[in-house]
Amino acid sequence: MPATVQPSDVAYNYLRVKKNFPNVWCAGCGIGTVMGSIIRAIDKLGYSKNDIALVSGIGCSSRLPVYCDFNTLHTTHGRAIAFATGVKLAKPHMKVIVITGDGDGLAIGGNHFIHACRRNIDITTILINNHIYGMTGGQCSPTTAHDKKATTAPYGNLENTFDVAQLAQAAGASFVSRSTVYHVQQMDKLIGLALEKKGFSLFEAISNCHTYYGRLNKEGDAVSMIQDMKKIALPIKAAKVLPPEKTKGKLLTGVLWDVEKPEFCSEYQKLIDNFKDEREKNNA
Amino acid sequence: MAQSKNSVRRLVQGNEASMLGALYAGCNFFAGYPITPSTEIAEGMARMLPKKGGRFIQMEDEIGSMGAIIGASAAGAKTMTATSGPGFSLMQENIGYAYITEVPCVVVNVQRGGPSTGLPTKIGQQDTMQARWGTHGDYTAISVAPASVRECFEQTVKAFNFSERFRTPVTVLSDEVLGHMREVITLPEEGEIEIINREKPDVPAEWYHHFEATPNLVSPMAGFGEGYRFHMTGLVHDPEGFPTADTNEIRKKLSKLRNKIVRFSDELVQLETTMMDDANIAVVAYGTAARAAQQAVLMARDKRIRAGLIRPITIWPFADDQIRALLKGIKTVLVVELNMGQIVHEVDRLAHRHCKVESLNRFDGEVLDPVEIFKRILEVK
Repeated sequence: MPATVQPSDVAYNYLRVKKNFPNVWCAGCGIGTVMGSIIRAIDKLGYSKNDIALVSGIGCSSRLPVYCDFNTLHTTHGRAIAFATGVKLAKPHMKVIVITGDGDGLAIGGNHFIHACRRNIDITTILINNHIYGMTGGQCSPTTAHDKKATTAPYGNLENTFDVAQLAQAAGASFVSRSTVYHVQQMDKLIGLALEKKGFSLFEAISNCHTYYGRLNKEGDAVSMIQDMKKIALPIKAAKVLPPEKTKGKLLTGVLWDVEKPEFCSEYQKLIDNFKDEREKNNA
Repeated sequence: MAQSKNSVRRLVQGNEASMLGALYAGCNFFAGYPITPSTEIAEGMARMLPKKGGRFIQMEDEIGSMGAIIGASAAGAKTMTATSGPGFSLMQENIGYAYITEVPCVVVNVQRGGPSTGLPTKIGQQDTMQARWGTHGDYTAISVAPASVRECFEQTVKAFNFSERFRTPVTVLSDEVLGHMREVITLPEEGEIEIINREKPDVPAEWYHHFEATPNLVSPMAGFGEGYRFHMTGLVHDPEGFPTADTNEIRKKLSKLRNKIVRFSDELVQLETTMMDDANIAVVAYGTAARAAQQAVLMARDKRIRAGLIRPITIWPFADDQIRALLKGIKTVLVVELNMGQIVHEVDRLAHRHCKVESLNRFDGEVLDPVEIFKRILEVK
């Protein structure tokens, strides 16, 4: 049993405490914080553990499902959303949650990501963005900022980044939200909203990789990186009433996009229902 | 296929027969990506599945298609995808995932000429070895190769049965000519062909292990959302499904993947022979190439040449024992394939020093003419 999780904790009932611990993450890593938020959000919503599928790809963040007592599927690199699409369409009553990272979800898995947004399938994707490939040793990712260093960008990154939220919105997702591992209570709330949204919902969790990103870019240890998140985060509601010069360089948090549009599995169910009479006649 | 009074006789295309066979076997989930010459299967599924309460999805690529059918199978569905060479290459990574996580699913590969984009509208049998060794790592594959429209139906049903029985992905090696050819077949009634479904657990959820050791090495399989919460990972795992680095557990897991098929390969062997009883020259051919080979054998018999045909229908695992026995007393074996020589190496391994192994290969996108094969029989006899 991990020393940090006691039977009195909410998380205790949701973790595979007898196996799999200690976890793979570095001390101070933000991924565990996101895991706590996911569990609290699920507990608050009162979902049955049997009805939840946690699907992930490859990387530090994708190791999250193995610790959780749900239906858990740790798939191939970048393909979590494709597997999740199969689970959701086969068992539409299930809550399907994809856990991915910036490398897994946006580089190798970018195509599945945008098409799931476009399809608007009822999957909640929690993308833990630490701006680097952690598990393989600090390589440059699609969200490593221009000029920042990585082990494969030793002289600074020459490329530009994706804005995950804008990408999801443009690709057709119906709900997009963002917070950081500093803002734990906001994160609990936003994950809850994403889970309750019918359609493709994205929650981007800004996290810290002090082991690689912090060290290579001289951003300090876990505590200092997480404190920096506090400095740059700006709730979108506040940003709307501020002059543009005051929002420059800030990280907008909160619900960034929320629209209603036809959801894929429901549309498919309607199609099946249209053939109901024909089926009954054939079975008779 | 036995005929009964309610059976329907119909003119059917090979790809349509694969689609109908899948539905007969109870396939209720299909994910695919358009690729010539396999698209009729996806189109048929898009039309038929919603009517039957099943689900069809066109994915963004073949990688996603393979992922989706594995995910759906893990959630309890009977799933299939259909593709051709380039798509089959893209699927390999996730096919490997299905091997290690022991997820039943069926891949129909309507083969075309390769490598790469190759010959999209022309025939090839160049993926025979890819079906066996396509993904990285150690595993044992199951593949079947139909040679007629009727067999496109029957072998797709078999592929589902094998995949459910052995909890593993199964490949149907069809091809462009077979897929687009039309023949009159008798569609079987419900119940006429046995349908096998995966064994479900009968233990309480807290006792359930997704990869439990059993006498036949195949573990009962729960689906997501059925009250058994389990973990699946592409990492080598213990019987509970959790990642392991224990050398003993690793050996056990990889041996299970191999032995659950190898030890029960008699259940998988399907082999058809023609005039092999007194033959001294054997032709080995499978799939579309076997049709011309059969004709060539009859032509040779007309010339009093004692030729016979060995046609493996199950390609993987290769019918070692049966073919080794058939090759006793054979002087020359001629392996006929629509590629530069793939199964010939398997035959060579079995015929080692006992008989002469010759081959006839065509790889220009056309089928072999029976006369071409007959002439080659005359050359090598």
